[in-house]
Amino acid sequence: MTEARITGSIRRRLFLQLVAIAALLSVSLFFVIRGLAETAAEATQDGILAASATSIADALRSDAGAITLDLPYSALSMLGAINQDRVFYRVVVDGATLTGYDDLPSPDDAPTISESSFLTFDYRGDEVRMVSVTRAVSTEGAPANVMISVAQTRTGLAVITRRITGIATAAGVGFFLVATALSLLAARSALRPIGQMTASVTRRGPGDLRPLEIDTPTELSPFVDALNNFISRLGASLQRSEDLIVEAAHRVRTPLATVRAKAEVTHRKLNKPEHKQAMREMIRAIDESSRSAGQLLDHAMVTFRSDNLAAEDVDLVEIVRETASRLEPTAGLKDVIIRTEVPNLTPPFKGDWLLIQSALQNMLDNAIKYSPDDSLIDVSLSLNGEIRLSCKDQGRGFGTTDVDTLKSRFARGTNVDDIVGSGLGLTIAEDVARAHGGLLEIKPNDKGEGACVSLVFPL
Amino acid sequence: MRLACLSALIFVILAPPALAFEIEEHVVYPAENPQAELRIISTADRSAFEPILLGFQSENPGITIDYTITSTTELMKAVAEENARFDLAISSAMDLQTKLANDGFARVYRSDATAALPDWARWRNQLFAFTQEPAVLILSDADFANTPVPTTRSELIELLRETPEKFRGKIGTYDVRTSGFGYLMATQDARVSETFWRLLEAIGRLDTQLYCCSGDMIRDIRDGRLAIAYNVLGSYAAAELEKTGGFQIVELSDFSNVMLRTVLISTEAANSVEAGVMVDFLVTLERRPELVAASGLPALEAEALGDNAALRPIRLGPGLLVFLDRLKRQNFLRNWEASITQE
Repeated sequence: MTEARITGSIRRRLFLQLVAIAALLSVSLFFVIRGLAETAAEATQDGILAASATSIADALRSDAGAITLDLPYSALSMLGAINQDRVFYRVVVDGATLTGYDDLPSPDDAPTISESSFLTFDYRGDEVRMVSVTRAVSTEGAPANVMISVAQTRTGLAVITRRITGIATAAGVGFFLVATALSLLAARSALRPIGQMTASVTRRGPGDLRPLEIDTPTELSPFVDALNNFISRLGASLQRSEDLIVEAAHRVRTPLATVRAKAEVTHRKLNKPEHKQAMREMIRAIDESSRSAGQLLDHAMVTFRSDNLAAEDVDLVEIVRETASRLEPTAGLKDVIIRTEVPNLTPPFKGDWLLIQSALQNMLDNAIKYSPDDSLIDVSLSLNGEIRLSCKDQGRGFGTTDVDTLKSRFARGTNVDDIVGSGLGLTIAEDVARAHGGLLEIKPNDKGEGACVSLVFPL
Repeated sequence: MRLACLSALIFVILAPPALAFEIEEHVVYPAENPQAELRIISTADRSAFEPILLGFQSENPGITIDYTITSTTELMKAVAEENARFDLAISSAMDLQTKLANDGFARVYRSDATAALPDWARWRNQLFAFTQEPAVLILSDADFANTPVPTTRSELIELLRETPEKFRGKIGTYDVRTSGFGYLMATQDARVSETFWRLLEAIGRLDTQLYCCSGDMIRDIRDGRLAIAYNVLGSYAAAELEKTGGFQIVELSDFSNVMLRTVLISTEAANSVEAGVMVDFLVTLERRPELVAASGLPALEAEALGDNAALRPIRLGPGLLVFLDRLKRQNFLRNWEASITQE
């Protein structure tokens, strides 16, 4: 059998593709979580800074023509509530610093009444975030433009970012691991129908050429259709071969019978011993040919009936008796006695009468053929956890032949060149045993010389 | 130890006043085998801090300690404006210490000892509290022999209204214009309660004496020049009471602000490793009860604060920067002066 050329695994490819997608999604997830959380954290800081700046703006007053500020305690303490960042502020009135850190820079784009301005820059050795708001405060003259800036370092933000990065990493890795595990399951489950199909094809007996009838996913149904199509063509082709053999056997058997009849008549008319001898050999050869043809027919019948096995009650005791008595004349020619040993009660058995009979007949036929003159053949039916139908002879046995090879079609032992045979007998018995869920057992006779061939069926 | 004191004295005399800020005292505790020198600028009195420094030196014999004592405002000036090179700054003015850290003059330091501190006792891992000292009212025994002891500010105001003549000229408190610690306590009082201003009005009418330091107030109470001293540092008072007696300490039950004495490592520190060792030593002071007793500086004790709801530890953080605001300070001092001088 030729091995399939393996060019990769669908499951591995499917799995790797799913994992690659999962990795991509995990990385995206990481960045999305971190991005959102950082934006939220920044917005929180901006909000608090804006609240602080607004509370300072609200505390601005004009006092005797000058603007003054009573810095609210909460304006700076609220900034210390959520983290321990450094805090800077500056209040500028018409360009001159009123209070706060003189060197705190003004924002590039000045804030308007409605819009605060936000700026990130380095100040006194740290990155700071600054919010500036503006207010017009009326004095005795023209209203003064006051800008309030509140800045805070971003250490707390960095801590939050680090924590969120940790969480995002964990989420990404977790997602990836779960997705990988699920990918593995998904790949396995997606390919399960292929496995089931393989199993159902593998499970089939050698002669089972029925079309596959299994649940098939859409994607596989063309394949199953093609396979069924192929099976039916194969079946048809095999059928034609069998038909040809049967036809050939039929066509040969009838003329052989005529030739045999003529040969016997001639044999009787001949006087010279050497001529008689020649004619006897001729008759024997004709017999063998006709037997082979009969076996070919049997084999075809077994093949056909096995495919549609009947399940009728079969009386095995009756079969043993009948077959033994039918072959008694043949055995008698060699002074071979057939002894039968059957239980009183026939075991319950369902199967095809004709097939069992044919199998036993072939076994017995073989036994007679290989038995020496004046010997015994024991046919026994026993029940001992299984149904065992055995045929023991006192012939030459199997010598060094591997007994398993004898079951195949046209195979013969290594020590039987002097006896004519087709090699089909045991094949037929084997096919029948298998068709009934049993097996054919071939071994040397445990009581002295000879062979013991048994049909074994489960009870 | 006697030898160390002796040599320290010699250095006190010899130490040259090289810097522009005002130095109250300068002491050097030389190590026997000097390997490093730790320069400390501090507001803590020598009598209070010497036991701690000598205790530190006995555990770390290789470190020479150069100890400069100054006032809280001068300390701020020295570090922030004059860039005087010190390894450690120790001060009772929490607001000024916070400003130093906020403005970038403190170095971040982390150790097991600092990590064990409660959250309220450290800020940014730059500022570490190591004592908790309430501001108290002290009353001379002579003047309060037959007078009920006021336990709240309202009772004190009541007392001053009833018998103003008895206490005229005999009340002392900090001059918040010159004392950083006094300013911190006054602003915290004002933040907590309006009663503070009423109290100021009341004592302002009675010709209040103004002081730079707790020590002077305690001295004058002991000497009978003062009957009442308000917002005195409790630790110094307790130490003095044990030595001489003659007055009593009252922790006001409406509220008493608790000052946390803090230490920071300067960004200019030359010996940051030794400075870290000193920080660890200070924040674990409560494990050395004999030093706590000798110095009279109460170590951090979270339970004590929890047991007494009237004790209000001042929170470290940017809130302390508010009263350092130029305008805010101007306003506050104006109001304070108006109340105290009654003009």
